[in-house]
Amino acid sequence: MSYILETRGLTRTFGAVTAASDISVAVEEDSVIGLIGTNGAGKTTFVNMVTGYLKPTTGTIWFKGQDITPLHPRQITRRGISRSFQIPQLYGSLTALDNLVVAFGIVLRNAKPSPFGRVPKLVPGYGVPLQEAAEAMLERFGLTEFRDKPASVLPGGVRKLLDIAMALTVKPEVLMLDEPTSGVSSEEKFAIMDRVMQAARAEGATVLFVEHDMDIVSRYAQRVLAFYDGRIIADGDTATVLADEEVRRYVIGNRGREVEQGVAHAQNR
Amino acid sequence: MTAENRTPLLLLAALAVALVIAPVFPQWQFLATLALAKGMTVLGLLLLLRTGLVSFGQGLYYCLGAYAAGIVGLHWGITDVFVLLLVAAAVSAVVAVLLGFLLATYRGIFFAMLSLAFSMILYGLLVKVSALGSTDGFNVAPPTLFGLEIAGKDSQYGMFALTCVIAFLMALAMHRYFRTPLGRLSPAIRDNEIRVEYLGASVRGAVHVKYVIAGTLAGIGGVLTAMTVGHIDPEMAYWTTSGEFVFVAILSGTGNVAAPFVGAFIFELIRTYAYQYSPNTWQMALGTAMLLTILFLPAGLWSLYERLRKV
Repeated sequence: MSYILETRGLTRTFGAVTAASDISVAVEEDSVIGLIGTNGAGKTTFVNMVTGYLKPTTGTIWFKGQDITPLHPRQITRRGISRSFQIPQLYGSLTALDNLVVAFGIVLRNAKPSPFGRVPKLVPGYGVPLQEAAEAMLERFGLTEFRDKPASVLPGGVRKLLDIAMALTVKPEVLMLDEPTSGVSSEEKFAIMDRVMQAARAEGATVLFVEHDMDIVSRYAQRVLAFYDGRIIADGDTATVLADEEVRRYVIGNRGREVEQGVAHAQNR
Repeated sequence: MTAENRTPLLLLAALAVALVIAPVFPQWQFLATLALAKGMTVLGLLLLLRTGLVSFGQGLYYCLGAYAAGIVGLHWGITDVFVLLLVAAAVSAVVAVLLGFLLATYRGIFFAMLSLAFSMILYGLLVKVSALGSTDGFNVAPPTLFGLEIAGKDSQYGMFALTCVIAFLMALAMHRYFRTPLGRLSPAIRDNEIRVEYLGASVRGAVHVKYVIAGTLAGIGGVLTAMTVGHIDPEMAYWTTSGEFVFVAILSGTGNVAAPFVGAFIFELIRTYAYQYSPNTWQMALGTAMLLTILFLPAGLWSLYERLRKV
C-alpha cells in the first residue's frame, strides 16, 4: 500500500552535532501518531525537516508519493502538510478573529482561479466568505469569547488552540503538532486535545503530534515513534512501544521512576 | 457603523468640502496641492509601515516620477496631465519592480539604509547630468488637461481639483486594498513572517508587491509636485526629502488612509509659518512638532481624531 508520508534515511547534522540520524518512517493515511522522546532527542528536528523549515543533510521525504525534500515551507503547506508550533506563532497585534481571517485570506489567494480567471469569493472547502469561515473556526475551537482580543494578550492555552486552528485553515492532509499541550495546566490538557483531535478528524487530517505527557500519548495515539539521541528506537502500536524495555529506560525512564516513587510514597502514608 | 466602513464616506465628504471651499482661499491652493501630492507619497509609506518596513528612500520614486514626466515634456512637448501621470507611474513602477527583487529580502535597518542608498545614487547621477540642469534642475511647462491649461500664474484651482480627485481615488483604493487578502498580509508580515509562510503565502512576494505600490504612489506624488511647482531638481531624491516623508508619516500616524494627507497639510502649514516668522530657526518649530507628537501622540495625529470620537 502507499503511504501518505514517508521518509527515508533523514539525517541532519549541525557541525559536530547530529540532531537526527537515519530516520525512516512510513505514515499511513488517517493514522494518529505520537512522537515521544526526551528533549534533544530529535522530535522537533523531524517535524522541522518534514515541514521544510530545516533541510535534511541527507535523506528524502515523500508526500503522497512525491519528493518534497527540496521545497520551501509555503510550498509544502500548499501541498497539504501544515503544523502548529511549540511556541504559538500568531499575529500578536491582530485579534483572534483577524488571525484566522488572514489565514483564510491566504487560503483564498492560493485557491485556483475559476476558468474565467476570477479568484473565488468563498473559501474553498468551506463554501463561505472569509469572515464566516473564521467565525466558524473560532466556534469549533470554543474560542468565540476571545474573538476581539489581540492574540498577544490571550492566555497560553488559548494561544495554543488558536495556533492549531490556524494550521487547520489550510485543510491539511497531514497535521503536525509540536507539543500541543506544553505550558498548559494538566486539567486543561485533555480538554485541549479533545478539541484538537475532533477538529482534525473532522478535516480528515492524519495527525502526528510531539508529546511529553504519556497519559496524552496513550489516550490519543494509535502508534508511537520513540526518539532517542536523534534516532528512532521504537516504532509500533502505542501499548507495545510504551511497554518496550528500551523506551522505558531511555524515554519514559526518569519520569516513570518518579511516578512509581510517588505511588510508593503515597502508599507508605 | 464601524470606523472602517465610515472611511469612504469621510473621504468623499473631505473631497467635496475641499473642492467647494478652495475657490474662496486662492492663496492656499498652492500649499494644499503640494501637501496632497506629498501626502500621496506618504500614503505609500503608510503601506510599508503597516507591513513593518521603513523606507528612507521614497525620494527615489518621488524624483523619478517628476523627472520622467519632466523629460517627456522637455523632449516631446507633452503637457497633458494624464499622459504625464501615466509616464511617472509606469517609470516608478518598473524601477520599483527591479529594485524590489533585492529590497524585498531585507528588513529593518537594512531595508531602510538600502532604500536610502538607491535614492542617493539617483541624486548623485542627476547632479552630474548637465543636460538636465545638474543641481539646478529644470522648469516644467504648465500642465494641460485636454489642451486646457490647468495651473498658471493666476489660478491653481484646476491643478488643486485634479490633485484632490487623484488623492481621493488613491486613498479609497488603498482603503479597499487593506481589506483584500493581500492587503491583510501587511500587519501579518509585520507581526510574524514565519506564520505567513507556514500558511502557504510568500512573504517576499507580498513585500515586493507592497514596495511597488509604494514606489508608484511616490512617483505620482512626484509628478504632481513637479506640475504644481513648475520646477524640478535633484533635491527631490536627496535623503532629506525622503526623511521628510518619514517625518510626515510619523506625524500623521498609520491609523487611517486619510491621515497622510492631513499630516502633510499640517506639516506644510507649520513649515510655511515657521519660515515666515523665524526664517533662521524654522527647523526648530518642526522639531518641536515632532517631539510633541512622539511624546503625546505616539500613534500620530490621527489618534487624536480617534480619541475625540470615543469621548
